[in-house]
Amino acid sequence: MFVIWLLVISRTEMDKPETTLDTQMLEVNIGPQHPSTHGVFRMNVTLDGETVVRLKPAMGYLHRNHEKIAEGASYLASMPFTDRLDYICSMTNNLAYAIAVEKLAGIEVPERAQYIRVIMAELTRLVNHTLLVGFLLNDLGAFFTPTLYAFREREKILDLFEATSGARMMCNYMRFGGVKADLHPGFMEKLKEIVENYPRFLDEFEKLLTENEILMSRCQHVGILPKHLAVDASATGPLLRASGVDYDIRKVDGYSIYPRFKFRVPLGSVGDVYDRYYVRILEMRESIKILEQAMKEIPPGEFISKQGATGAKSPRTFRPPKGDAYGRIESPKGELGFYLVSDGTPNPYRYHVRPPSFINLTILEDMCLGCKVADAIIILGSVDIVLGEVDR
Amino acid sequence: MESTEQIQKDLEQKIPAVKLQLERDAFLVDRKDLIAVARFLKENESYKMDYVSCVTGVDYKEYLECVYHLYSMEKKHGPIVLKVRATKEDAKIPSLTPTYRGAEYQEREAYDMIGIIFEGHPDLRRILMWDGFAHYPLRKDYVPEDQDILDK
Repeated sequence: MFVIWLLVISRTEMDKPETTLDTQMLEVNIGPQHPSTHGVFRMNVTLDGETVVRLKPAMGYLHRNHEKIAEGASYLASMPFTDRLDYICSMTNNLAYAIAVEKLAGIEVPERAQYIRVIMAELTRLVNHTLLVGFLLNDLGAFFTPTLYAFREREKILDLFEATSGARMMCNYMRFGGVKADLHPGFMEKLKEIVENYPRFLDEFEKLLTENEILMSRCQHVGILPKHLAVDASATGPLLRASGVDYDIRKVDGYSIYPRFKFRVPLGSVGDVYDRYYVRILEMRESIKILEQAMKEIPPGEFISKQGATGAKSPRTFRPPKGDAYGRIESPKGELGFYLVSDGTPNPYRYHVRPPSFINLTILEDMCLGCKVADAIIILGSVDIVLGEVDR
Repeated sequence: MESTEQIQKDLEQKIPAVKLQLERDAFLVDRKDLIAVARFLKENESYKMDYVSCVTGVDYKEYLECVYHLYSMEKKHGPIVLKVRATKEDAKIPSLTPTYRGAEYQEREAYDMIGIIFEGHPDLRRILMWDGFAHYPLRKDYVPEDQDILDK
């Protein structure tokens, strides 16, 4: 069932465990090219038999110094590049960047644009969580059947993204002070269809998975992350909430117009892989509630403010005042933040991304210690990383 | 959350021999005081800044600056922004990793990109660039290699 493609065996100088047999530790590289690493990612694992005694993640294979490139481009020119960070959730990446720049330059966003942004962000959450659950099952050995169910639903949302922004995945849809284009005429009907059918799909998905005995025995009490450690290690997103910490930036900061919507924050109790799976399912159901409310309340009006529209037409004239700003949102993977420093020129002086999946990897080792290799794979899967964002 | 002026007064009263400078919404902390200030903010009942959200460095040409955004997950408030400065010749800042585990990879990244040496970090290695890379790419004086030359 489980194959390690790249196997590098070396003698290690580590202490031998207490046993009468002559044994030695085994150092294995899982990755960088392996389907279960979700991209070009390597885990340097030391094994005692099949048990993990040390695990060091190695990343940077996809590094292209996004931050340096952004320093040489105008503010708006970095917008399409943010799509490529977490290429599954381009809409939320756009949103986080737009919010940071709006904070830096003090740009207002019209009412309708706020609603469009929330709709897009919540659809992205559906896409991400659906896909993650599919891939998690892949890691468990249920090869591609759940993933294809997930892809089927995801494609419907991506069609909607394509009709609105022109691209399925690399949307480049948000602008400072609004969005690039208004919703197209048939959008609301299509959205209504998705929102109505999604709970049915989730029911079907859950019927196959949630009480599935194999899934339960593989996931429950595996990779437990205690509450205090999750907070201390700056874990965010579903990983944190599965450990029972009530911290959702949509509620805490109330950015955009989230305080207007009624939704609950799902929390786990044990903090194992199963909780992380189930928190995501519940989060999708809450996202659907937000979408239903947003659909009803969305007002007519402008989709971008005047100031934003001028800036979008001539990006080199857009010069935020000197200073710095940190804007953050609850992206599907956790806290996505942008730290920007402006020196009054058209280019940012410093542009820093606070990527959730990179920082969530900090505690990967702690979760995996004492587990079997096959468990380490699903623990990594449940953290939910995208290497475009980890490496930047 | 109180205003920054009040927080400044409070911190200077409660932590002995600490002087803070206010720079917009951020506190400029002397590097020798950083750990004491962070510990106080983490443990004090009225702050409880238990979560370090963002750690990064900025190269301001005359000096390097490290920026910490602290939030509280327990009290759900924040941020308190700490800034620490060091010269390029002596780019050493005490590491917050023993206080906040979440700073570990972010400090490694700041070391890798800006070249700030975090003293007391348990595992300060390059994280995104390869071992043996001799420069710090996000410094303003970094010259990218010539793309027209095939070296080695």
